[in-house]
Amino acid sequence: MTAMQAIFLLLGLITFLSAVMVVVSPQLIHAGLWLVLTLAGVAGLFVLLEAPFLAVVQVVIYIGAIAILIIFAIMLTRRMLREDGRQYNNLWAGAVTVSLILFAVLTFLVLQEPSLAAGSEPLQAETSVLLQDLGRSMVDVDRFIIPFEVASILLLAALIGAIYVARPMMASEEGDREE
Amino acid sequence: MEFDFNNPFGSITRLLTDLLLGLGLDQPLVAFILAVVGAGILAGATLTTAGVFNIWLERKVGARFQDRLGPNRVGPFGLFQGIADAIKLVLKEDITPLGADKVVFNIAPLLAVMSVVGLWAVVPFAPQLIGADLNVGVLYVVAIGGVGTLSVIMAGWSSNNKYALLGALRTVAMLISFEIPMVLVLLVPTMLAGSMGMVAIVDGQDVWYLLMAPVAALVFFISSLAEVGRTPFDLIEAESEIVAGYNIEYSGMKFGMFMVAEFFHSFTIGALFTVLFLGGWRGPGSETFPLLGLVYFIAKTFFMYFVVMWVRYTFPRVRIDQVMALNWKFLTPLALVIVMTTAVVDKLALEQSLPRTPVHLALNVALVLLTILALQAYARALRRKVEGLPEPEAGEVAGAAIGPG
Amino acid sequence: MLDQWMFVAALLPIGLVMAASPILAGLLLAPRKPNAVKLSTYECGVETVGETWVQFKVQYYIYALIFVIFDIEAVFLFPWAVAYNQLQLYMVLEGVLFILILGGGLLYAWRKGALEWL
Repeated sequence: MTAMQAIFLLLGLITFLSAVMVVVSPQLIHAGLWLVLTLAGVAGLFVLLEAPFLAVVQVVIYIGAIAILIIFAIMLTRRMLREDGRQYNNLWAGAVTVSLILFAVLTFLVLQEPSLAAGSEPLQAETSVLLQDLGRSMVDVDRFIIPFEVASILLLAALIGAIYVARPMMASEEGDREE
Repeated sequence: MEFDFNNPFGSITRLLTDLLLGLGLDQPLVAFILAVVGAGILAGATLTTAGVFNIWLERKVGARFQDRLGPNRVGPFGLFQGIADAIKLVLKEDITPLGADKVVFNIAPLLAVMSVVGLWAVVPFAPQLIGADLNVGVLYVVAIGGVGTLSVIMAGWSSNNKYALLGALRTVAMLISFEIPMVLVLLVPTMLAGSMGMVAIVDGQDVWYLLMAPVAALVFFISSLAEVGRTPFDLIEAESEIVAGYNIEYSGMKFGMFMVAEFFHSFTIGALFTVLFLGGWRGPGSETFPLLGLVYFIAKTFFMYFVVMWVRYTFPRVRIDQVMALNWKFLTPLALVIVMTTAVVDKLALEQSLPRTPVHLALNVALVLLTILALQAYARALRRKVEGLPEPEAGEVAGAAIGPG
Repeated sequence: MLDQWMFVAALLPIGLVMAASPILAGLLLAPRKPNAVKLSTYECGVETVGETWVQFKVQYYIYALIFVIFDIEAVFLFPWAVAYNQLQLYMVLEGVLFILILGGGLLYAWRKGALEWL
């Protein structure tokens, strides 16, 4: 058990337990906060995989933006202060068993792939060089330029869609305000 | 093993490593121990400076701006005022309001401080003196700032107080809004240096980036001021408006931690601005004498902290809708334009083999002129809209026409 | 590279502990005399009226949505900026196109009044 393996096990355990708490928490806001811990655990796993850019992007986008969006959405519903009681029913033992069987089957299938079962190999280059390569590849005509520009159009569509959906709500609030 | 004066910090690290290896520990454990010791020294030094010295400095400088004396009773020149305040806060009763969510209520101030302390991991003090030379330093700074935002929501929600929640929501709306121009403008030093690592950005500043991208520096400064919640953006804790905002229900040292986090964050803004735009530890002779680099860094950081305080005591508070309009309608488009034009102009300058700095300076001057013209046009359009309205009657206040925006 | 992150992994818990210690010192040293008035919620000196929920303006959510979109855009641009020194002009212009498309989105939001603080 090397140090890396120990740290990986610890991070994996934290992520897993937080994810379980997200599902099981009786109070919605607590579930949101456990979600933040889960996402932080995933960021730690990215660091262990020597992908620092992905780790910080995970924290910036997921924790800094999406978790806050989710918490705002939770606050938009007035149920946030109510304790909703136990979130799982009496069949939870069966559900856990099925999940474990599924996990075992998936792991077995993944391990059949020889390159994945062989263990980790070192990266071909330094992470800074890899990051520059990522940047180049995003604008290189032979590589990922189309997905890059399509991503911006996708974001534009999301923005327009969100505003379009939200406009009736804004108008009705303005109507409330003018009374 | 001799002490290399040209590289004092590296030599200290080497000495300690050899000492620990000599005790029979293996390499990874030695590295871990050194990391913990280094982190402890960094956190201890910066938190002590922030908690004690900066609070004194803040009050003294503020007092002088307002033509009064400031603390001068506790210790020589009132230097121990911070310690006295800390002792007072520790001895205050810690009241947790009824119905508050205890776990979240207690974690929120800890997260606030942790997020600011974490920022110092990537700040290069001197040529070999940095906590962690991450190659994604710039985004790391943004990431850790996001954790501070989370602590505000946690504090506001767990207080079981609708004013705390309202204050927290307003605060978070302001914080996340100002993150956008900040992140966009951080692209400019990244482009000019070709890397996200703080050390690389400092190394790339043969000419300070303040001279190459003054508009970007100004946008970063304004967004950082708003991120910290300092005047002119301190409506989140404006006593005349919402009492203390999200930390109404906090008392004793938990409140003290929020305050320390805020002062500390202002100081950290000074340090980050120094690294990104003022050349960090660079100065005449700092390559040969790293300790001189440390002196330069500290001097520049305290100067920027002084500017932050100067702004605080000069400008009045801005209203929340004016603040949001400033961010989304002015700073964000400006940041987008800065990034686009800097990228294109730098490439063009390279192709025409023009010197970089004058070209960038000219670009920034042009941007400033264009912005002023755009603002004038906007003001003219607004005035025309106001004058087109019918004459206000005696009861109507003209302020309704000037209104938001 | 992992050594650097180890410093970060060491600094964050130490920061947490250093923040917690004065609070714990307060637990030991500070008086604790709770009474009903002190524990009640603060509402400028009067009794609390109504439940503790706030009329959540939908505008907060819109700001958070717009923030998510622009945050993702900025993060997409960082690798492009890091590779800037090795890019040619047309590659830079592709990045500029990316920014312009999203600038158009900002303009749309502006015109539709999504950026007003209601």
